[in-house]
Amino acid sequence: MNSFQLLRVALRSLAVNKLRSALTMLGIVIGVGAVIVMIAVGAGAQARVEEQIRALGSNLLLIMPGSTTAGGVRMGFGSGSALTEEDVIAVNREIPEAIAAPALRGSAQVIYGNTNWSTQIFGVTPEYLDVRQWPLSSGRNFEPAEMAGAGKVCLIGATVAKQLFGTSDPVDQVIRIKRVPFTIIGVLETKGQSLMGTDQDDLILMPISTARTRVVGSANAAKQRSVGTIWVKVADGLDTKPVEEQVRLLLRQRHRVQPGADDDFSLRNLQEVMSAQEASSRVLALLLAAVASVSLLVGGIGIMNIMLVSVTERTREIGLRMAVGARTRDILGQFLVEAVTLSLIGGLIGVALGVGTASAIASFAGWRVVLSPESVVLAVAFAFGIGVFFGFYPARKAAQLNPVEALRFE
Amino acid sequence: MDGPLLRTNQLVKLYTMGDSEVHALDGVSVEIGGGEFVAVMGPSGSGKSTFMNVLGCLDRPTSGEYYLGGELVSALSGDQLAAVRSRQIGFVFQHFNLLARTPAVENVGLPLVYQGVASSERQTRSLEMLAKVGLQERSHHHPSQLSGGQQQRVAIARALVTKPLLILADEPTGALDSHTSLEIMGLFQELNRQGMTVVLVTHEADVARFARRILRFRDGKLVADEANQQVDAAAELAAA
Repeated sequence: MNSFQLLRVALRSLAVNKLRSALTMLGIVIGVGAVIVMIAVGAGAQARVEEQIRALGSNLLLIMPGSTTAGGVRMGFGSGSALTEEDVIAVNREIPEAIAAPALRGSAQVIYGNTNWSTQIFGVTPEYLDVRQWPLSSGRNFEPAEMAGAGKVCLIGATVAKQLFGTSDPVDQVIRIKRVPFTIIGVLETKGQSLMGTDQDDLILMPISTARTRVVGSANAAKQRSVGTIWVKVADGLDTKPVEEQVRLLLRQRHRVQPGADDDFSLRNLQEVMSAQEASSRVLALLLAAVASVSLLVGGIGIMNIMLVSVTERTREIGLRMAVGARTRDILGQFLVEAVTLSLIGGLIGVALGVGTASAIASFAGWRVVLSPESVVLAVAFAFGIGVFFGFYPARKAAQLNPVEALRFE
Repeated sequence: MDGPLLRTNQLVKLYTMGDSEVHALDGVSVEIGGGEFVAVMGPSGSGKSTFMNVLGCLDRPTSGEYYLGGELVSALSGDQLAAVRSRQIGFVFQHFNLLARTPAVENVGLPLVYQGVASSERQTRSLEMLAKVGLQERSHHHPSQLSGGQQQRVAIARALVTKPLLILADEPTGALDSHTSLEIMGLFQELNRQGMTVVLVTHEADVARFARRILRFRDGKLVADEANQQVDAAAELAAA
């Protein structure tokens, strides 16, 4: 009997028991569907994280003022001695592999015409856009004269542009921040949500000197040259770790930190944060796929169960087939093909179900899903393998029946 | 071919049950020629079913030889026996053993599937055999749509479709009423008149009287081998 005839015999046997075949398949349908959906959702989450990492830039160091200890009481970050613009200049001068850009943060109510909006204000230098890898969608960056002269100009984020100007062009318009008129010289491109879920486009950038005098204020004269955070971009293609150490050493020297004492600043390597995030999202994707595989496995056990019942129930049929000339391998082949056919058809229906469900999740829940052809091929191949694996034992049991006893079986 | 169609020499079949050994067959030597119509008789436990299983190549003797068509088949492997069953033996069973929810024509063609015969030829030969047993009108009926006698006719057509050397019938009328039994025995006699060798296993003298030779078994031994004045089933059916 050739394989085509085997397939015909198997299909006929399955067709004779339509409901049972359908129910047996259901296990594989759900299993394969679940694997495809879970892989798609997991891959979607991973793609999202990777996209955010690209948006933030993975070769960044973030320096913030450190904590101090006063009489045994440890204060939070920012309580330590301030970072200053001189620190920024020193990093840029001493470490050629790095570009440092300061940011001084405040918040203010912004007014344009009869609308207003509360947003964050960042005092920055022109390098900020380069360091954050944040291009402009229109307009221009700050000019040296504006930096030196505390020019009343600003760049606005996409969210602010939308809130204040709707669809019209904000460039060259004048907005009022703390009663001071500022000219908008450009609009930043959309960056989307941060990893923590905050809207990164809800901000206004202005020269750091302007921010200090006009917006953030200078309640403490001693902190006149202080900055909130310093972003450091490591040149492309370089390992961030040695540069991080250079920056740490330089700042410790400048702040006269004694050897052995803790840093009076906090230095974070975003590449490490990112790779940790990426690893956790990958683990999540793997976990989802693994859980889904368990249901596929359960489906396979269902196939074995039904095939065993089927072999017992059809013992006389097997005896008859042997009597009319079926060899061991004909019987083995018939039951194996039945099991594989069940799992393969179930697998294909499962693919359709999985792709449909993943698309539905994407359009209704708005989640990012990534359907890859590899996952489909993998799931179908897995279903095929399960059919062979779980079909083999019942098929062998059928093939090894004694024809005399099988024919006499009641 | 020369010599008898089948010949057994000192067939022994031993079953071990716990500590005791049971001789299901105890030195059976018999020859059956081509074209004979033999009834194998005996009470249950006499060894007639075991004898039939050995003749049908479903089972192997513990010792002794069995030649079928001149070939020593008692020494063959399982798959070689399957090939012998496929080409040379047609089975008819008490409970018909048709595949449920499968049309008569496909039931008849089943042995040809295992010979690797192409679908269209299978169809032709199966329809031919159904016509021979008088069921050409019912070729696409499922077993559940056929009467007992019709089902047994389908089973006989299935036994004939491979053009075997002999037909082995195990209590073929055991599940049928007396009228239908006569019809089926008439069919066997008709096939036998056309040259087919028929070996019939039964415990009913009523059925055995249609054969031309009767082998009687008791306790695993062949105790009598006698010629029989054959009764014509068709004539009896007409008279009834």
